Amino acid sequence: MKKPLFTTSEWNFDLIREVDQVLGDLAVEFGLDTYPNQIEVISSEQMMDAYSSVGMPIGYSHWSYGKQLLSTEHSYKRGQMGLAYEIVINSNPCIAYLMEENTMTMQTLVIAHACYGHNSFFKGNYLFRTWTDASSIIDYLVFAKNYISRCEERYGINEVEDILDSCHALMNYGVDRYKRPYPISAHEEERRQNEREEYLRKHVNDLWRTIPKSAAAESLKEEAHFPSEPQENILYFLEKNSPLLEPWQREVIRIVRKIAQYFYPQRQTQVMNEGWATFWHYTLLNELHARGYVTDGFMMEFLQSHTSVVAQPSYESPYYSGINPYTLGFSMMSDIRRICENPTDEDREWFPEIAGTNWKETLQFAMKNFKDESFILQFLSPKVMRDLKLFSIVDDDQQEKISVDAIHNERGFRKLRENLAGQYNLGNREPNIQVYNVDVRGDRSLTLHHFMHNRRPLADSTPEVLKHLHRLWGFDVHLHSVDGNEIKQSYHCGPKPH
Amino acid sequence: MSYIIDRRLNAKNKSAVNRQRFLRRYRHQIQKAVSDAVNERSITDIDKGGKISIPARDISEPVIYHGQGGYNERVLPGNRHFSEGDKIARPEGGGGQGAGGKASDSGEGMDDFSFTLSQEEFLDFMFDGLELPNLVKRQLSGLEEFKNVRGGIANEGQPGRINIVRSLRSANMRRLALTGNKRRQLQALYEELAEIEKSETDRNTFRREEIKEAIAKLERSIGKVPWLDTFDLKYNLMIKQPVPRSKAVMFCIMDVSGSMDQATKDIAKRFFILLYLFLQRNYEKTEIVFIRHHTSAKEVDEDEFFHSRETGGTVVSSALRLMQEIIADRYPPSQWDIYGAQASDGDNWGEDSDVCREILINELLPACQYFSYIEITNNEHQALWNVYETIRQQYPESFALEHIRGAGDIYPVFRELFHKKVA
Repeated sequence: MKKPLFTTSEWNFDLIREVDQVLGDLAVEFGLDTYPNQIEVISSEQMMDAYSSVGMPIGYSHWSYGKQLLSTEHSYKRGQMGLAYEIVINSNPCIAYLMEENTMTMQTLVIAHACYGHNSFFKGNYLFRTWTDASSIIDYLVFAKNYISRCEERYGINEVEDILDSCHALMNYGVDRYKRPYPISAHEEERRQNEREEYLRKHVNDLWRTIPKSAAAESLKEEAHFPSEPQENILYFLEKNSPLLEPWQREVIRIVRKIAQYFYPQRQTQVMNEGWATFWHYTLLNELHARGYVTDGFMMEFLQSHTSVVAQPSYESPYYSGINPYTLGFSMMSDIRRICENPTDEDREWFPEIAGTNWKETLQFAMKNFKDESFILQFLSPKVMRDLKLFSIVDDDQQEKISVDAIHNERGFRKLRENLAGQYNLGNREPNIQVYNVDVRGDRSLTLHHFMHNRRPLADSTPEVLKHLHRLWGFDVHLHSVDGNEIKQSYHCGPKPH
Repeated sequence: MSYIIDRRLNAKNKSAVNRQRFLRRYRHQIQKAVSDAVNERSITDIDKGGKISIPARDISEPVIYHGQGGYNERVLPGNRHFSEGDKIARPEGGGGQGAGGKASDSGEGMDDFSFTLSQEEFLDFMFDGLELPNLVKRQLSGLEEFKNVRGGIANEGQPGRINIVRSLRSANMRRLALTGNKRRQLQALYEELAEIEKSETDRNTFRREEIKEAIAKLERSIGKVPWLDTFDLKYNLMIKQPVPRSKAVMFCIMDVSGSMDQATKDIAKRFFILLYLFLQRNYEKTEIVFIRHHTSAKEVDEDEFFHSRETGGTVVSSALRLMQEIIADRYPPSQWDIYGAQASDGDNWGEDSDVCREILINELLPACQYFSYIEITNNEHQALWNVYETIRQQYPESFALEHIRGAGDIYPVFRELFHKKVA
């Protein structure tokens, strides 16, 4: 038996370097492909700072981050909550924060989890590869911060804050779902921004061009819609077409849109991302123990923390707050390994294509090519459903009672799996709202359609959001909830149409 | 490959600016919460920071999401007794069983947003927009207070301020300057002498004597240069700088007669405490004189002022007279900004009110920057109020009176009294 790397809970930089080295070698053995790591040791105050700017290492100033900070501080100082052990940023090199209060065991756990788990996920998963550019994000954030503070100097804090508030309200509607953004450097971004500003200054906005070139052209256009196709990226639409905005305001919209786009993959891969990282810290640390790098005491401390992370309270528990993504992800990742290594007859029937294959390759394949929704649909096994005792209910406002439509039995597995996957489909989760029409020749009002899914209405906050939309658009805004061809409910900001 | 960086020494409050943005944006709500807190808190806690809650709906950031209703399918963990096709009654409130993370986002059950203000921030909000009336920085002239500060080196001064190093250095320089030429000649003569002594001839003997004589003469002349002369002496210069003064004295006058019940005293106490905190913050140097009175007045310390009990009748003029005596004795109005604050339930001995008027108009108001009177009562105003009312009409700039009914009135009245005067 070799001598363990450490036996006490005190950490120091040499130890961290050594542990990182060992874990890095192990990760390579297991076939994990990662960005270089940048491990930063920070204090708890700095961790609260990092929290409040939604994990971005550099963010522009906004009161909502202050609100976040105040509430984190308040609960932390009163002992109502602990801080997360780590924050990891999808960048190249991949930045991970370690808190100085952590014990050496926790630092080891965090390095395994963040620097090798999350890191390899960021590098491998197709959504991240498509939608984010890890090497330019820090540059972009620096650009955004500087740009916004320049705007504050030129136009006043209140002006900028108003625009940002409105953009934040629509942030989830500022992502492209089907187009790959072209990664550019901060310098290039700045150059193009100047170019855009210049262009907009010189050219008349299309929406103002109401004088017809000829009578014939007008009659042809009479029926034409603007935009010609419905637009789901509302912020993009506003940036390009809102009639009254100044060039700098368009740029601010663009910044919020870009940041929303950067977080878009994270919103779709929570279960997979956390499951992957948890699975790998579990696997790597067990391997450390098996090879004698760490003591039994280490394992006790680690397992205690690990089990509380993957605990899933049942639906009736006061601690229940939805399905724990760590639990679901970790159970599924571990189960894939089990299916590969020790398949049962059930597994052979459900997963003929992966049962008995090389588990490392299968896991890599799953990690790289799926998002939460499709991952669950593809890999959720009857065993995991049984272990978690999943059941599905239907809450229909046209029925008097809630009914149970599937439980974890032979007949329910498929239905359960579909329903759970649907729960992670962003398209179902977020109301589907699209820019439908602009009354170009009339009052310039903007009409949006909400295409209802399962007759679900919009929440009470909608009129407030419309006010923000109205601020960005500058003219009346109408939003219709549409089910089939029937308008179920309408929201208006500005005077009602006749 | 990994880089490991110690960031702990970096600035901690990267988000301080965001925090300030938040406080700035919700100034009004926070101010209201702070002023509620001031009314509710006990006296000893009043200047601490602490938990503040403002309504969450005011600060919500609205986003679009699904509301309740329609057809929902939901997968839940931890089934124990349900089978397919079971019907479950809808829970009260129609919330659905733990509607996932979404319902809590909408803010159900979170009516208030709570956070912690530091003491500094708390007091800033409490005193925001208040400024003592007629607060004048005295002109830098007349009976000013000075402080001595070093002002470099001078050629004249008292013997006690001699700067030895500088004096000796200057003496040294003078000696070098005065004797330089002679020393050079002396040097040359010594060299010549040495030369001559090597080759001894008779002709040289004469020359040697000549040289020796010249040397002696030069040395005498060098020796005559004084080692220290009077104009070598350097003195440390002290100059007097006028100190812009913001010294204030506050007279707190409170009626502790039998007619003041405990609740009334409590209100008065709170008012004075606000005043006290306020002055401490706004003047570099603040002194406070506590005068309590019934039929006779007495100067007491803070603890006794607020905490001991006495009973008896009421003669307000006794307190005013004592205040006037103390001013004459210890606080010349030329050096101090004087503020008076009086709290009472309005009771006074019949004929005494006119005496008060005389003292105030003739003695106190000319000396005071400001004199405020608060009356804490639920009853009709009595003679004292009416007399004071006439004084206010005469001196609206430096005299104020306000009426307080309950604890909730204190802070608004306090703000009213010390409202920042728009120039």
